[in-house]
Amino acid sequence: MKPLSSPPLWYRILGYGILFLGAVLFFGPILFMLIASLKPDHLVLSEAGSWRAFFPSEASLDNYRSVFTRVSFVRFLLNSLFITGTIVAAGLVVNSLAGYAFARLPWKGRHLFFLLVLALLILPFEAIAAPLFYQMTEMGWRNSYQVQIIPFIANAFSIYLFYTFFLGLPRELEESAMMDGAGPWRTYWQVIVPTAKPAFASVAILTFLLHWGNYLWPLMVTVGDTYRPLPVAIASFQTLPPIQWGDIMAFGVMMVAPVMVVFLWFQRWFVQGVAASGMKN
Amino acid sequence: MTYLQRSKFISPGTQMAFPAIVGLLFFVALPFGLALILSFYQYRIGSPQSPEWVGLRNFSRLFADDAFRRALVNNAVFALVVVPVQTTLALALALLLNQSFRGRTFFRTLFFLPVIFPMALVAIVWQLIFSPEATGLANSLLSTLTMGWWEPTDFLRDPRFALPAIMVMSIWQGCGFQMIILLAGRQGIPDHLYEAAEIDGANRWQCFLHITLPGLRNTLIFVVLVTTILAFRLFDQVYILTQGGPQNATTTVMFETVRAIFDRGQVGRGSAMTVVFFLIVVSIAMLQRKYLREERELS
Repeated sequence: MKPLSSPPLWYRILGYGILFLGAVLFFGPILFMLIASLKPDHLVLSEAGSWRAFFPSEASLDNYRSVFTRVSFVRFLLNSLFITGTIVAAGLVVNSLAGYAFARLPWKGRHLFFLLVLALLILPFEAIAAPLFYQMTEMGWRNSYQVQIIPFIANAFSIYLFYTFFLGLPRELEESAMMDGAGPWRTYWQVIVPTAKPAFASVAILTFLLHWGNYLWPLMVTVGDTYRPLPVAIASFQTLPPIQWGDIMAFGVMMVAPVMVVFLWFQRWFVQGVAASGMKN
Repeated sequence: MTYLQRSKFISPGTQMAFPAIVGLLFFVALPFGLALILSFYQYRIGSPQSPEWVGLRNFSRLFADDAFRRALVNNAVFALVVVPVQTTLALALALLLNQSFRGRTFFRTLFFLPVIFPMALVAIVWQLIFSPEATGLANSLLSTLTMGWWEPTDFLRDPRFALPAIMVMSIWQGCGFQMIILLAGRQGIPDHLYEAAEIDGANRWQCFLHITLPGLRNTLIFVVLVTTILAFRLFDQVYILTQGGPQNATTTVMFETVRAIFDRGQVGRGSAMTVVFFLIVVSIAMLQRKYLREERELS
């Protein structure tokens, strides 16, 4: 294939210019947070208005130590990991099974329930937050792990992503497994799951991103530290007197660092996962 | 007998779909149905009185309420500004990143990085950036750029700047996500279209107008739909930074809903807001449907 003619010089310079400006705007706040987390508190605000905002003067890890003594950060982190991890893991199983049933198997109510999935596809969680809160109150589930996990396992969007992926798989693989006497369950585990790894990765990453940062729901249903995940914890830490911006930024860095490491490691999967969410059209 | 026989064998399809369907019915469809019903009742959480039928009173009161009307306006303004700005920015970055040059992956990583930041953390970092002192990052940057003309502003407590400040941080966080989707859409446009256009003597602008934009049409519609709905879901930043203030300048439908049901236990009012929210989302989605269908008829 013939490559397109290379763009003119001014075009390249303009392009790089926009990219560098964008890079400064996108990375600036992140660097600002990182540097502020290393500074003694009185310097965070006083140096914010100069180039020193991005220079770690008197750097130390004191703020990080302070976070651990002031609040139970580890507890919040484990809460977030447990809640998000369970939603992702259980969601992969439940939603992929449903996606497979919709894509390949004949069963009663298939068409009716598929309409349900399609109808719920555009319903954002916010549209049901208030009545679900009421329902959970009536069930006595508030302030627990299950109230933050169980309602979010089944997900119409995940089912739909799995469904479209399974539809695109060649039938031959499954047919040869069926010929060998495998039932639908064994076919699912031994043939579908191994071939559908990209779909599993996409759904896992999208689900993770959605729930790791969830704020509204845990704010409504948790009281006190026991079941509180990181986003609610940092919001309340930010108002905990004395207001120490260095500590707050250290909390923020520790909150995002684990995800950032995973992201940089599995970047290709993150990008593919996000791209997959737009492929439904 | 036939009943027994039938119940003995549940088809594998039903077995596989069962947990998901139960979950969707019980935790999504049921609460939504509940909201539809409760929006016609007056009821407080924990109240000994049973729910009282009030017809459409919850709705008429909602639309008579200044704060709620302001919330609708704020959400609409937020959508009208953020959707075009963020989409244009994301499109520009996606098209720049679609070219091959050194450091492409680096820039893509950088632009995507904010997406993995929880909105609560974004709000808090930007609160520090928008700090009211003259030495605050945003204040001193604006002062430098305008050569001292800019007066130090308490962005989040100034009715003129509170909503724009929230818009800026939302764009910062959301842009990378759109960029990736648009980049994938751009990569789906076959190269030979551009080669043919070049042979015909089309310049870059014409290529963009007649190949890239039409090729990205469905992706763009999808991105615009998601961002518009996102604009109506606006909550975290408002709750953490401004509590809807100053003077309702940043209140949103979701903020009012949470206040109604969570702070005041007004189940009926909260449910009515839920229904309004849902109708907005459905109308946005139907608009998208309409445009998508036109596209299908054409092709």
